[in-house]
Amino acid sequence: MISSTQHQVVGKPLDRIDGPKKVTGTATYAYEHAVDEVTYAFPVQSTFVKGLIMSIDARAAQAIPGVIAVLTHENAPRLKIQEGELAVLQSNTVAYRGQFVALVVAETLEVARQGADAVVVRYEEQPHSVVLRAESSDLYKPDHVNPYYETDTASGDVEAALAQAPISIDHTYTTPAEHNNPLEPHATIAKWSSDGVTLYDSNQGSHMIRDKVAQAFGLEPERVRVISPYVGGGFGSKGTTRPHVILSVMAAQVVGRPVKFALARQHMFAVAGYRTPTIQRIRLGADNDGRLRAIAHDVVEQTSTLQEFAEQTAVVTRMMYAAPNRSTTHRLARLDVPTPFWMRAPGECPGMFALESAMDELAIACGLDPIELRIRNEPDLDPETGHPFSSRGLVACLREGAQRFGWQSRNPQPGIHADGRWLIGTGVAASTYPTRRRPSTAIARVDREGRYSVLIDASDIGTGALTVLTQIAADALDVQLERVHLEIGDTLLPRGFLAGGSMGTASWGTAIVEAAHKLRARLQEEHGVIPAGGLEVTGEGGENPEAKRFATYAFGAQFAEARVNRDTGEVRVPRLLGVFAAGRIMNPKTARSQFLGGMTMGLSMALHEESILDPRFGDYVNHDFAEYHIATNADVGTIDVTWIDEDDPHLNPMGAKGIGEIGIVGTAAAIANAVYHATGIRIRDLPITLDKLLS
Amino acid sequence: MNPFRYERASDASSAVAMLAQVPTGAFLGGGTNLVDLLKLGVTQPDLLVDVARLPYNRIELLPDGGVRIGAMVRNSELAADRTIRTRYPMLSQALLSGASGQLRNLATTGGNLLQRTRCVYFQDVSKPCNKRVPGSGCPAREGYHRNLAILGASEACIATHPSDMAVALVALDAVVRVLGPNGERTIPLTSFHRLPGDDPQRDTVLEHGELITAVDLPPIPFATRSHYRKVRDRASYAFALVSVAVAIEITDGIVSDVRIAFGGVAHVPWRARKAEAVLRGAPATEEVFRRAADDELADAQPLRENAFKVPLARNVLVRTLLDLIQEVN
Repeated sequence: MISSTQHQVVGKPLDRIDGPKKVTGTATYAYEHAVDEVTYAFPVQSTFVKGLIMSIDARAAQAIPGVIAVLTHENAPRLKIQEGELAVLQSNTVAYRGQFVALVVAETLEVARQGADAVVVRYEEQPHSVVLRAESSDLYKPDHVNPYYETDTASGDVEAALAQAPISIDHTYTTPAEHNNPLEPHATIAKWSSDGVTLYDSNQGSHMIRDKVAQAFGLEPERVRVISPYVGGGFGSKGTTRPHVILSVMAAQVVGRPVKFALARQHMFAVAGYRTPTIQRIRLGADNDGRLRAIAHDVVEQTSTLQEFAEQTAVVTRMMYAAPNRSTTHRLARLDVPTPFWMRAPGECPGMFALESAMDELAIACGLDPIELRIRNEPDLDPETGHPFSSRGLVACLREGAQRFGWQSRNPQPGIHADGRWLIGTGVAASTYPTRRRPSTAIARVDREGRYSVLIDASDIGTGALTVLTQIAADALDVQLERVHLEIGDTLLPRGFLAGGSMGTASWGTAIVEAAHKLRARLQEEHGVIPAGGLEVTGEGGENPEAKRFATYAFGAQFAEARVNRDTGEVRVPRLLGVFAAGRIMNPKTARSQFLGGMTMGLSMALHEESILDPRFGDYVNHDFAEYHIATNADVGTIDVTWIDEDDPHLNPMGAKGIGEIGIVGTAAAIANAVYHATGIRIRDLPITLDKLLS
Repeated sequence: MNPFRYERASDASSAVAMLAQVPTGAFLGGGTNLVDLLKLGVTQPDLLVDVARLPYNRIELLPDGGVRIGAMVRNSELAADRTIRTRYPMLSQALLSGASGQLRNLATTGGNLLQRTRCVYFQDVSKPCNKRVPGSGCPAREGYHRNLAILGASEACIATHPSDMAVALVALDAVVRVLGPNGERTIPLTSFHRLPGDDPQRDTVLEHGELITAVDLPPIPFATRSHYRKVRDRASYAFALVSVAVAIEITDGIVSDVRIAFGGVAHVPWRARKAEAVLRGAPATEEVFRRAADDELADAQPLRENAFKVPLARNVLVRTLLDLIQEVN
């Protein structure tokens, strides 16, 4: 565990180091980099769902003054990637509506857009299938679910236990397609030179972009540089290389000038990934005292015909509660849709909406308080692996939350508490997210003046990572924060894992601590005298060896107050409380923002977010911010965030658990449970819109 | 998006003359709706005549006790105006329930009335839409129409008018003052917007080249007791699913006068004359309010996804009336 003798800053609520730059607009985001001779790209998207492009007529577009090139599958350079979402403009087949079928490059963005409107594409259309249905006959079982979990698990005899259980529930919960919509849409500038290609790109891991671009264009990775110091949010959608990155590099190659390509908001609903819709059947069987005898969680969700993405929706159910008989399954429909992908807490987020709604229903069926039900089903060991939990703070969070929220005085009877025309209810749900880490490398340097720098290709996508890693580095080096300079977001720096899976701090921090400790050892060898040329060391942070012996997770409890208008069905959530047990908190200020942001996104999921598919056209028709609703400030009441200190020695040198995702896990269930308590109406289909409550 | 010519008008008559010569041109006010539609390719004018700086930016009292609102008065200014807030509170409330602070700072009174009706298919040029391409069909009827019209729609179009301000103005019997190539005319706001019928491409009765110069409010003393209640899918920054503007006068327990209009239910801000007729001269009771709402909504023709708007509109109207009489008492 890192500790600093004199200036400890880990655990202090420091302001973001890059805060002043961000709020004054001087932090340079991908699209803002000044590049000479730059050109602008605008895409043409397919206007049908499935079939073949018969012809593309670009003459009108090319005739527009200022249009430099129109790239299509007929003239685009051949890529080394010929399958999946990244094989852009490589064939005349179309796999979903909105797929890129051409790209116009022009002297200005406006002319590029005008050119894109002028490209005429003729298609031979084939019948399509875009609607997810649980009863569909061609569902299939994927080999594994994201990223490498078993698809199905079973232990004991679930069917027999359910049949014999004195109390059982069997309900189906659905969540809609939801789209990642970071404030900064995906954007890339690609610039070729004799050294290769340089990208200014908005992403969650520059090395990952570099590797894909190198692969697609058959380049040595060293000939691709990706620069991404500032990123305006990602939520998973910037966690892999998206098609526009490949197109940008391709276009810059063709026109021999740098190309800028930013997705418009409408594009985000076709080519940036999204959360799959889910259909989840949950069956719970319990004794009269609420002790679970059986848990079954069966999930149906979608993937595309281009490549497989299987969300791990039921995986969380494998470790959450003790029950001797358990089964989980995932089945996929391969549809003519864009490939779903990561969106904040893929798996845990939709899965826990279903499980934690079902636990609420079971508590009611058992006549038990929902907190007590969860406490009674708290496992001693991870039910799936049999390993002990390195730390498991769920019960502590529930108890602390109950106190803080005023849960004790709650009358469980639904629909009896009101304030004027507003019915009032409260609900609770559990949160969890795995704690993991992945290999990363960091360099630590000190120069003759005693200035330290730490180099690692980490990503700060708005989380505060730059600040937190600087705190970790300062403590590990045992020097004042002001003497440490951190460089991130560039593939010239040592490889860091991506900002995903709530693994950033653990992965990067471990490498930084290793490097810092090595540098201190080197300094000691030099008897504390820095040589003229300074010192430099490299630290490697690997996988967590303890993960083989322990189940490592963060936990939390979320409480919601919901108000439902009797006349209109409008739902308001004046109060949310989240209590988390997430290891040692590195920076209470940035950590609070992570939890708060997650819970706000969970509120948005509960009440608003829904991508609406028109089966005839095959695309999401509400593809802008007027129609795809995200919670506004006015929807967010008081959000109280707190945590329980944990000292878990089995994780990483910092004792940190990832906190980027746990905040969104459980919020929607807590709100749905509160809405039930307010009204007596159980909403099992998100979002909870007023029409579902209007009687 | 197409290239277009941009001209800034120095005075109203030259603005009108300039636009009259270009059949595909348009006036540009705050641009909060037009610029979106330009980017999407929904509208492709060859000429934009910027009228936002014309000197129609005042709110004046009229000799008859009414108020004249200059067409270029920004929504935020109008909402904050003391006369409006005290004499026509529902107008101020309607304005403040619309859009965002930034948009209201830009949006003009005239431009607000001229917002195009909303529908996801209208906004997507890759799909059919009778309003955008006459005769191409209406995908909304069988498609996504949860937020579309339940009253006055046609086979050709079920889009809804998005304005909140216009709902309050329609209830207040506002009159639109227009300058056109053939001089000035006035149009009652209740007949300014059009139902879609067979030619939904036109949202208003305005002729090409006609410029809104002002909106006149008649004196309605009892409008000091008025409410605008808007119901939407989130607490702020969303178009109305249903909204209602209500002003009521009660004398000895009897409704002596009333003004009601609905938003979010039709191609136009919907003046609820049937409900008004039931209420006028009737006792101000919940039972009468329900009857009034039911009479107005008897003609509703909801579709698969928007049937909830019928009970929603009824409940919102009844509750708003009840809230108002509680205030009166």
